[in-house]
Amino acid sequence: MSGEVPDTPVAQVAARLLSNEPVGAYRHLVLDAAAVAAPARPGQFVAVAVGGDDTAHLLRRCFSIHRVDPAAGTVELVVADAGAGTHWLVGLRPGAAVDVVGPLGTPFPLPDEPTGCVLVGGGYGSAPLGWLAEQLRAAGSHVELVLGAATADRLFGVEAGRRTADAVSVTTDDGSAGTKGWVSDVLPEVIGRSSATTLYACGPMAMLRSVTDVAAAHRAVAHVAVEEAMACGIGICMTCVMPVVQDDGQTKMVRSCLEGPVFRGDAVRWEAFADGRCAVPADAVGAPVAAGGGGH
Amino acid sequence: MADLSTDLAGAVLPNPLMTASGCAANGRELHRFLDVAGLGAFVTKSVMRGPRSGRGTPRMAETPSGMLNSIGLQGPGIDAFVEDDLPWLASVGARALVSIAGSDAEEFAEVARRLRDSEAFSAVVGVEVNISCPNVANRGLVFACQPDSSAAVLTLVREQLPGVPLFAKLSPDVTDLVLIAEACLAAGADGLTMVNTLLGMAIDLDRMRPHLGGVTGGLSGPAIRPVAVRAIWQVHGAMLTGRLRPAPIIGVGGVHSGRDALELVAAGASAVQVGTATFHDPTSPARVLRELETLLDERGLDLAGAVGLAHERTA
Ligand SMILES: Cc1cc2nc3c(=O)[nH]c(=O)nc-3n(C[C@H](O)[C@H](O)[C@H](O)COP(=O)(O)OP(=O)(O)OC[C@H]3O[C@@H](n4cnc5c(N)ncnc54)[C@H](O)[C@@H]3O)c2cc1C
Ligand SMILES: Cc1cc2nc3c(=O)[nH]c(=O)nc-3n(C[C@H](O)[C@H](O)[C@H](O)COP(=O)(O)O)c2cc1C
Ligand code: FES
Repeated sequence: MSGEVPDTPVAQVAARLLSNEPVGAYRHLVLDAAAVAAPARPGQFVAVAVGGDDTAHLLRRCFSIHRVDPAAGTVELVVADAGAGTHWLVGLRPGAAVDVVGPLGTPFPLPDEPTGCVLVGGGYGSAPLGWLAEQLRAAGSHVELVLGAATADRLFGVEAGRRTADAVSVTTDDGSAGTKGWVSDVLPEVIGRSSATTLYACGPMAMLRSVTDVAAAHRAVAHVAVEEAMACGIGICMTCVMPVVQDDGQTKMVRSCLEGPVFRGDAVRWEAFADGRCAVPADAVGAPVAAGGGGH
Repeated sequence: MADLSTDLAGAVLPNPLMTASGCAANGRELHRFLDVAGLGAFVTKSVMRGPRSGRGTPRMAETPSGMLNSIGLQGPGIDAFVEDDLPWLASVGARALVSIAGSDAEEFAEVARRLRDSEAFSAVVGVEVNISCPNVANRGLVFACQPDSSAAVLTLVREQLPGVPLFAKLSPDVTDLVLIAEACLAAGADGLTMVNTLLGMAIDLDRMRPHLGGVTGGLSGPAIRPVAVRAIWQVHGAMLTGRLRPAPIIGVGGVHSGRDALELVAAGASAVQVGTATFHDPTSPARVLRELETLLDERGLDLAGAVGLAHERTA
């Protein structure tokens, strides 16, 4: 808990929903939230209160920032109707008030020099990649996108990607669009032909792990944006931790809302994750010793 | 304007609003949203002797008007706390109510000693002893479930912290709360914090297995407020009837608004902590304070006059 609280600006805003349109299987929300838009960077996220004033849903829901327009003061999100909270959110009409906290978390680190970059998105995980691609291209990097999803309607950002990136590859699990299979099936070829040194990925845990593996095999660095269950999003509850190797070589259970959601893929202890759970590695700092691991 | 000051066993605070342990980290994170020095006190995450990783994830489950957590007391340990967190709280002028925990009574005492010997100790207005955590020596049964193990902890901590306001934080998961409160006060506690989370559990129906990595977890949030009101009522009532010696109570459990805070005060709390609500609205502790002040003004009451008032008006 000690140390490392970013001194970057963060705001709590009573935002107004400007528009709410379908995009494939998702909804594209535009919010009027200038104080969040101005400092936001790709990879950061917002924490949204759901359910209205007297709601029984107390915990905020987190969403990657799809893009911002600082001049217009808008923040855009791509939301999947997944459960009670997102169902409420995607049902809002333009004009509704939405309580938003952000921008939160670490952004994707941009390379110092122009280089080859591959951006890998799974499902709505593609949401922040178009904005990132624009920034990388503007700084002179070669940018390719690899976008995957279970089905064609759950792909996001393919058309926009074709306009911004140097190339776009698409995969679907069922073959309803692009190559049938996973992003990791086409990734080696894309990295090979673009001589990429830097990968950026956002999507499910298992995908982030395989992107990290493929990156390592090609001597590239992967920066991955994770999605751990978060109760507060602002670093005060300790629910969102994961095992990450620190600069000193020690593994710590760090808050993915504060030190993440973007981590270096090779620093994450992927072997600790299995079947929707993450165990504390035995060599993590302060790991439980047999008895006495209790307490809330 | 209502006088909001409150005297907690010699710790005189300008107002009764506090964060709840484990719901505000150690200050810096929340300071981005509210001035922690403006609170009556800032209550720190329970600190133990060494660094602790806590449990695996998932560590939380949302429940109706509440949540379950199985964090497992993750924290940096007392040495890092006194080197880093406490000096920071001191630097911004916060009054710290430091929460300490241990796996056995000796660990509590050692944490208390290292806290007392630390340079920034002047920022400490009191110590909250989290006896609602599992006792390794006693098959993981929480200290606060038994009068003798509660008393053993308070006795050793009191020896290390003479003259420092000490609050025992009680679990509501007991058959006779007054008995535990009595044991804590007899062993050296100056006051009581009520309540810690209730033990609960959720099942992941997709996988048909316990949802939390820690299997069971602590239930918190507005869902438990009636339990907190009842606990405070029972213990304050026992003080009014002479069964317990009078001592200040810090109320905690499900406070989301000024009305909720006033409910705890009317039941007998001299101060109020805001926990889970801070996850919903990071400015909650400051907002609840403003709302409480308005409600007291509307009723023409000072805080001290409202404490336990509902007991006088029981049929
Ligand atoms: C950093 C981050 C970025 C995200 N970006 C997006 C995005 O761009 N678009 C999008 O549609 N979704 C995104 N998610 C996932 C989104 O937060 C969850 O889908 C959402 O919380 C589910 O809420 P619910 O009320 O619909 O589901 P419920 O099942 O009712 O949620 C119950 C609780 O579990 C948590 N939870 C459930 N599913 C998830 C999940 N997959 N990840 C994290 N917490 C979960 C909820 O936050 C809530 O506290 C992101 C999550 C994180 C942590
Ligand atoms: C995520 C979380 C972590 C907690 N950690 C601690 C802790 O370290 N020590 C402690 O005494 N109480 C801890 N608590 C309990 C709270 O301090 C408080 O007693 C309880 O949550 C009830 O208040 P609330 O309903 O306002 O949250 C924790 C609660 C939550 C939700
Ligand atoms: S979500 Fe609360 S600390 Fe990360």
